[in-house]
Amino acid sequence: MISLANPTRFLSLVERLVPWLAGATLILLGIGLYLAFFVAPPDYQQGETVRIMFVHVPAAWLAMFGYALIALSALGTLIWRHPLADVAAKAAAPIGATFTFIALVTGSLWGKPMWGTYWVWDARLTSMLVLFLLYLGLIALWQAIEEPGRAGRAAAILALVGAVNLPIIKFSVDWWNTLHQPASVLRTGGPTIDPSLLTPLFVMAIAFALLFVLLHLIAMRAEILRRRVRALQQTQVAHAALAEA
Amino acid sequence: MKAALALLRRDIMLAWREGGAIGVALGFYLVVVAIMPLGLGPDLNLLSRIAPGVLWVALLLAALLAADRIFHNDYEDGALDVLMTGPLPLPLVAATKSLAHWLTTGVPLALLAPVLGLLLNLPLAASPWLVLAMLAGTPAVSFIAAIGASLTLGLRRSGLLLALLVLPLYVPVLIFGVATVSAAVTGPASPWPPFLMLCALSLASIVLAPFAAALALRTALR
Amino acid sequence: MPDLGPHAIFILAAYGVAFVALAALAFAIVEDDRKQRRLLDDLERKGIRRRSAEKKPRTRRS
Repeated sequence: MISLANPTRFLSLVERLVPWLAGATLILLGIGLYLAFFVAPPDYQQGETVRIMFVHVPAAWLAMFGYALIALSALGTLIWRHPLADVAAKAAAPIGATFTFIALVTGSLWGKPMWGTYWVWDARLTSMLVLFLLYLGLIALWQAIEEPGRAGRAAAILALVGAVNLPIIKFSVDWWNTLHQPASVLRTGGPTIDPSLLTPLFVMAIAFALLFVLLHLIAMRAEILRRRVRALQQTQVAHAALAEA
Repeated sequence: MKAALALLRRDIMLAWREGGAIGVALGFYLVVVAIMPLGLGPDLNLLSRIAPGVLWVALLLAALLAADRIFHNDYEDGALDVLMTGPLPLPLVAATKSLAHWLTTGVPLALLAPVLGLLLNLPLAASPWLVLAMLAGTPAVSFIAAIGASLTLGLRRSGLLLALLVLPLYVPVLIFGVATVSAAVTGPASPWPPFLMLCALSLASIVLAPFAAALALRTALR
Repeated sequence: MPDLGPHAIFILAAYGVAFVALAALAFAIVEDDRKQRRLLDDLERKGIRRRSAEKKPRTRRS
């Protein structure tokens, strides 16, 4: 982690990793999709729609992983002042938000055939919606503050405040749900997932994780370059001002 | 301590003299609650069922309206820089200003709520619990709003951005606040469990939020 | 493609949305990356260098 603090060294690492990651991602996605559609048996309760689980659950996992990554990076920014920590956080936010969005939409599409409605305010979907809002807030804050240093620290504070609040929000939504939900429990996927369904699930999860890392590294590189461009443009303006003076 | 009290008194006086700020928040509260039935229909049964929710949501929005006032005026005229280098630790400054916001916005809104509840057919007998719940929950609202205010200090469209950032954090307050009032209105469940959760949320916010706000202030003013 | 049952459209829609969202994200990120590299190369061509680049020659990325 410390040796990667040097942006230039980090960039050369990214350069080397990207092709391998891209290849591995594509291969695993291919295997995962094949398993999801041709190998996994239909669920005896849900029939074929259980296949949506193979995209919904990994997306949800990565949505949460993304936020955990941002929260950890936030600690890196605020406590250890690691130079790439806020770059990591900023790059991760849109990716995490996209996975959250996918989790929400696929969850909704799974819900319609299963429960007859596109949206239910059950604890899991509601918490995922709140997570999406937290992501949007982070992205909005990044956009609103021009100076990268201040933006990084402000977003780090917000990320940590959100991280501390997430368990509380989850708890309150759970509680709220038991208040309003009659005894019938809506289980997505049954009490235990059959082993024949686990393999496609894990393969898709790993594929999504590799995709996350791949896109994250590229986005981090773009952000590092963006800051260099910004610095150089400011030098350019300064030189021009001097030349005119 | 004396310095903190002086700061508190100053902030309250400023808010009072501005007059408009408190009045606008109360007026906004009234307007939002008043147009709800226009949007939902005059069925009194429906209204009384959703009254706790409407009253709480409208309160959150009204409190947020006044939130960027917490630091903004002092930021604009440089007083915040003075406060930062002054004798008071910055978290205490943030806490004092949050407290001022609660006293000048949260408390008046909470006291107005039963009157607005009448518009929504909320039984008058529920008023004590309504006011109690709101008095217990609005400290959390003010102290968390201060975090949003300090993060968005000096930014364009800071009001909307603040609301976007802070509203998800209000979910627990909203849930337990509404549950308290609903339990008081419809029974048989006791309003005490959600009420105590509300108190816990406020106490935790009072203790923790000022540190986050202070950190954000330092970030904004560096 | 095996028979996806009566709710096939939901399954396909779910995978479709996921694919489109991820493709759009990937496209946006890669385009941004390319754009920053282009801007950096432009600035360098104009002779504006980073301080550290003046000390040693920078290896050109293709």
